[in-house]
Amino acid sequence: MSDDKITLEIDGRLCTAVPGEMIIAVADREGIAIPRFCYHEKLSIAANCRMCLVEAEQGGRPFPKPVPACATPVNDGMKVLTRSKKALDAQRGTMEFLLINHPLDCPICDQGGECELQDVSMGYGEDVSRFSERKRVVKDEDLGPLIATEMTRCIHCTRCVRFGAEIAGLRELGATGRGEDMRIGTFVERTVAHELSGNIIDLCPVGALTSKPYRFTARAWELTSEESIAPHDSVGSNLRLHIRGSQVMRVHPRDNEAVNECWISDRDRFSYEGLSSPERLTEPLLKRNGQWQTVDWQEALHAALEALQAPGPDQLGCLISPTATLEEQYLLQRLVRTLGSDHIDTRLRQQDFRGDAADPTFPWLGLPIAELEQQQGVLLIGSDLRQEQPLLAHRLRMAALDGATIALLNPYALALNHASLQLVAAPPALASELRALSQVLGKPVQGATVEISDRHRQIATALQAAGKAGQGLVLLGALAEADPDYSLIRALAAALAETAECRLGFLAAAANSIGSRLAGSLPHRLPGGAAPKRPGLDAQAMLTDPRQGYLLWGLEPDRDFADPSLAMAALRSAKQVVACSHFKSAALDEVADVLLPISAFAETAGTFVNAEGRWQRFQGAVAPAGDARPGWKVLRVLGTMLEFDGFGQNNAREVHDEVAHACSGLAPDNRLSDARALTAITERSAPSAGALTRIGNLPIYASDALVRHAPALQRTPLAESLAVYLHPQQAADLGLTEGDQVRLIQGAGSHSGSGSVGDNAAAKEARAPVVLDDRIALGCTRIPAGVDGSEALGPIIGPVRIEKIGA
Amino acid sequence: MAENQNTVCFRTMHLDARVRHTLESYRSVGGYRQWERILREKPDPDQLINEVKTSALRGRGGAGFPTGLKWSFMPRSKPDQKYIVCNSDEGEPGTCKDRDIMRYNPHQLIEGMAIAGYCIGATIGYNYIRGEFYEPIARFDEALEEAYAAGLLGKELLGSSIDFDLYTHLGAGAYICGEETALLESLEGKKGQPRFKPPFPAQAGLYGKPTTINNTESLASVPVILEKGGQWFLEQGRPNNGGPKLFSVTGHVARPDNFEIPLGTPFRDLLEMAGGVSGGRALKAVIPGGSSVPVVPGDVMLTTDMDYDSITKAGSMLGSGAVIVIAEGTCMVKVLANLAHFYAHESCGQCTPCREGTGWLARVLDRMLAGQGRTQDLDLLDNVAGRIGGRTICALGDAAAMPVQSFLKHYRFEFEYLVEHGRPLVEAA
Amino acid sequence: MSFRNTPLAVIQDVDKETLLTPELRAEIDKHVAKYPPEWKQSAVMPALTLVQDHNGGWLSRELMDQVAAYLDMPETAVYEVATFYAMYDLEPVGRHKVCVCNSISCMLGGAEELMHHIEKKHNVAPGGTTADGKLTFKEFECLGACRHAPVVMVDKAYHECVTPDAIDKIIDDLD
Repeated sequence: MSDDKITLEIDGRLCTAVPGEMIIAVADREGIAIPRFCYHEKLSIAANCRMCLVEAEQGGRPFPKPVPACATPVNDGMKVLTRSKKALDAQRGTMEFLLINHPLDCPICDQGGECELQDVSMGYGEDVSRFSERKRVVKDEDLGPLIATEMTRCIHCTRCVRFGAEIAGLRELGATGRGEDMRIGTFVERTVAHELSGNIIDLCPVGALTSKPYRFTARAWELTSEESIAPHDSVGSNLRLHIRGSQVMRVHPRDNEAVNECWISDRDRFSYEGLSSPERLTEPLLKRNGQWQTVDWQEALHAALEALQAPGPDQLGCLISPTATLEEQYLLQRLVRTLGSDHIDTRLRQQDFRGDAADPTFPWLGLPIAELEQQQGVLLIGSDLRQEQPLLAHRLRMAALDGATIALLNPYALALNHASLQLVAAPPALASELRALSQVLGKPVQGATVEISDRHRQIATALQAAGKAGQGLVLLGALAEADPDYSLIRALAAALAETAECRLGFLAAAANSIGSRLAGSLPHRLPGGAAPKRPGLDAQAMLTDPRQGYLLWGLEPDRDFADPSLAMAALRSAKQVVACSHFKSAALDEVADVLLPISAFAETAGTFVNAEGRWQRFQGAVAPAGDARPGWKVLRVLGTMLEFDGFGQNNAREVHDEVAHACSGLAPDNRLSDARALTAITERSAPSAGALTRIGNLPIYASDALVRHAPALQRTPLAESLAVYLHPQQAADLGLTEGDQVRLIQGAGSHSGSGSVGDNAAAKEARAPVVLDDRIALGCTRIPAGVDGSEALGPIIGPVRIEKIGA
Repeated sequence: MAENQNTVCFRTMHLDARVRHTLESYRSVGGYRQWERILREKPDPDQLINEVKTSALRGRGGAGFPTGLKWSFMPRSKPDQKYIVCNSDEGEPGTCKDRDIMRYNPHQLIEGMAIAGYCIGATIGYNYIRGEFYEPIARFDEALEEAYAAGLLGKELLGSSIDFDLYTHLGAGAYICGEETALLESLEGKKGQPRFKPPFPAQAGLYGKPTTINNTESLASVPVILEKGGQWFLEQGRPNNGGPKLFSVTGHVARPDNFEIPLGTPFRDLLEMAGGVSGGRALKAVIPGGSSVPVVPGDVMLTTDMDYDSITKAGSMLGSGAVIVIAEGTCMVKVLANLAHFYAHESCGQCTPCREGTGWLARVLDRMLAGQGRTQDLDLLDNVAGRIGGRTICALGDAAAMPVQSFLKHYRFEFEYLVEHGRPLVEAA
Repeated sequence: MSFRNTPLAVIQDVDKETLLTPELRAEIDKHVAKYPPEWKQSAVMPALTLVQDHNGGWLSRELMDQVAAYLDMPETAVYEVATFYAMYDLEPVGRHKVCVCNSISCMLGGAEELMHHIEKKHNVAPGGTTADGKLTFKEFECLGACRHAPVVMVDKAYHECVTPDAIDKIIDDLD
């Protein structure tokens, strides 16, 4: 035992502790149960519920009053009694007070059966109430589509208030009034708009805050629980799915300190609603003479095989959603490669692949997720992090609160819940901004720079100082990855990181983006990360140089590509399109010839590799919707029907093991081969005069098909719809004001520098209202991707023309 | 009126009422001599603290904690900014002494705060004054202006390296802010909700920095203690009960007023100073230290002396020195209901027992007064009070519980009569 | 990390010059100057008091929001303060506030009769405002002037040892 450890006695048991630890933390570690409501290990101590009162003595002298175990630090030789007469009397007293104004109608409360108050009252409550006065009634507030309130049930533990202030960084909920008139709420009844808001449902010990979509649909004791992994971002939050019959009724976080702690994002919590969407694809379909017909699997699989073989190896392209499991991606590349094609890719929202040759084998976040909190200086390049990876944004917020400098370089300024230094520049200037930072540090890189400002100096020196301390990080996000100059930006970021002695990290966009590297579902990677003899066509090239046949996996072609118009045009021109999908859509109806229903999240076993390179396996928890089949099984059958080798796995585990075997000895590593040479990549030309650059950010609830089909999330304020966000000055220059309807034109000829886009893509047009937003860089306009109406648009980052309708 | 050589806080009371609060008046009674001496001589703060310890000055706000000892807890050697905060949030029912100190002798409080700041290493002080005190606030602010103009406050005072800045901060109507950590919360721009301890303010107080909070009367006593010596002050009172103290005598007395008298003065004498029980009635009961302390039957009080230890022996507490006199003919249930409503109204709401329990007590008492009492209500009141007291973050829980328990102890028959007959034994006050 | 011991500061992205009035801002700034720069929120109580006085004795939600914006505080934190302290009124009030102390010393000194008198004479219950908008009548907890019981605070002035006759005169003299 080290010197800084002390011993104390709790209920006669000798315990070891660190001085300053609270009694309750030591007791929890020892498995000694102390009832509590306000205490939560991730929140500051409030000590206000008074449920955890215990008896204690120090040096033979008893404390005169019962002490709160949550707020009383331990000392050497302390003796604590959690169930003595004095302690129990105090706990029973508190329980009585909590119950006098709490409705005793558990059978009609949504929390009934899983209520902390109910549980504790079983142990500490009395059978009969001595309270015969009138009970308090509290008006409910509408907090939006995710959280239901019944504030009369509130016991004022203030966990939700502390969560808002400390974790969410947004004080929407407060405790107004005083004494018995104290009320928890927003005071002005507003929708709680935060990407982590659902966590207050878990934190609420009673039925005051409950899940609106789940509410009154099931009882806790009817549910079974299965472990799973969240499928939306690259955190890979650990989940617990609560299931009744074959339906996921709700999703809760599963504690994993290294990954998601005890939190999950609202996206991970409420996306399950998409599983029971009426838009699910539930049966195999064949298009015959332009008409869709339901067929059995056998017929569908035969048709699919024919369609995959018909075009010939070089004419087959395979495009996969990066949320596909490791097993699916592995079997897909095996199928397609055995058919003779290397044209396979999951990087659907990437436009610039010039850097593929320099790609690291196993790119990753650059450090374990939990270590984000310890960074002292972080530069985020091209990332709307709260939208992309809510829990990583939370980790960086913790670092910021601890004094770290969080700097950002983006085409629009972000609304953050912590201090930050933001550089805002239109995409064509992002590279110049990065060169300016390198120049501040005395290591200029070839190429143009912007004029160096104090902010550049501030950021560069903070990064360097953090780097010297071993706690500096340069991160590339989804907006960087979508940039037409991604290769260059990446190279410049790597150069800057090297100069500042910072680590370089990638914010993998999707649940299994990293998995693609390991499964080999990329044109330049085989399983285990080896390079094929000759790389196949990348996602962009497969579309600009259309193939005759495509295999699509788990994606919506008009929503999930960097250039949906281009993608749809290529697919329209193809002779054969086989789509394995979770959802029906007009776009698939139009372009596909064979539609195979595959299992979605929660319906299949699989593995995701998260941003920090952590492999996380999960089991199928519910039966697939309708006649859908687990993806890996569909692929196994296809491979077997073709009598290909390597499709004899008995279960998903065996597929996983094959990939794991191929990856043995592979460790995450972000080194680019020959980064310096890449900095010399020429920038694609800026848009011609008069044109703006579109920033097609992917709003948090438009990220993938499942989320897009989750109704409650779509009703939240964070669910953006198509609009044209312009800096007021930019709008004025264009003669536009807030609310003007404009026509958006992206397409033919405007996509200079990337070959033959215009050849088969007609000018694309969409309409949207103008929204003024001074956070947008001049020279660009933010027009969200993945949302209704965006399918008519071109590149997510690329030139756009705006014309006022009726002008 | 001639100057009483034994007064401490009311040293200027004998001067012309129109000017007794001015700097000139204060200087005429020896004011600021101690502060100027400190600025000139820079004595060892420990030496000053020892003087205060010798005086046995105990916190005049109600808790009675030895002031010198409190000061010695401050980590003076820490480089952090430290603060001295004066608690002028006088609101304990029956207490009205600090208001008069600020109205009549504000400079002495300023000098006391400056000296305290020097002793504990604080260069910034705040005087938290309850918002309703418009007149005392104006007086104190005027005095601050005078003191700044005279070079007694500010930076590098009298050419020394000593800085001391002093500001007023106004409350806005919350009794709980008289609790020192609630006061700090309020000073930080929040609801006045008491903080749990540890950490104590001397470790982490205002803005997380080491802070000492003293009552107005305590701080105003300091210049005199340094001038006349701790021993002199101690000798004004009794061992462990140093000095004169201000007593606000209110309620059923002929001449309610503040009296600055030596600790240890018999209650009987104090009652006489206040003109005796009003209307020639007999003495029924006394709440001797502000509304929070246990009530003491009149006959017991008549044989008790007014100091911390004697009143403790009589089963109550000296508290803030607010002596509430209750004459025969007063319904004790009604008095208790008044107190219960006060605590229910002033509970901050954070701790469960106080938030829920104080309202419960008040409602039960209301029901009893409405003639709906039940026999079991007496035990219920006693038991509920017992479940509040000692179970909350701050002492408001105890303050709400003690009157209930003591009223039931001494006047149980009145409660029983009320339950049985549906009307009070004593009809109107 | 606790929101208890760190400032709640949020950067409110508004032009401060558009908030409240120049005079109020200048007055609030005087208070802000008393506290450490990162603790502007310490001035929230004096700021609310100033704004309330300026607004005829009550605080609207819009005004509380402006105070929040001016002091870079979350609005909720300002609502918490405004609803906690008894001197803030969140509904429109009469031209004058008549606050009768009814804590123990004043009660023993006849505060209840005084309150009944006001209630009857002006037909207004505690917490209410007279029909003519002249008075808002409140029962107040201890005003700290117990030796002059019963005490009535009328707007910003204490009136001591107030009898029913005296309160009539005081109220009559109000505009």
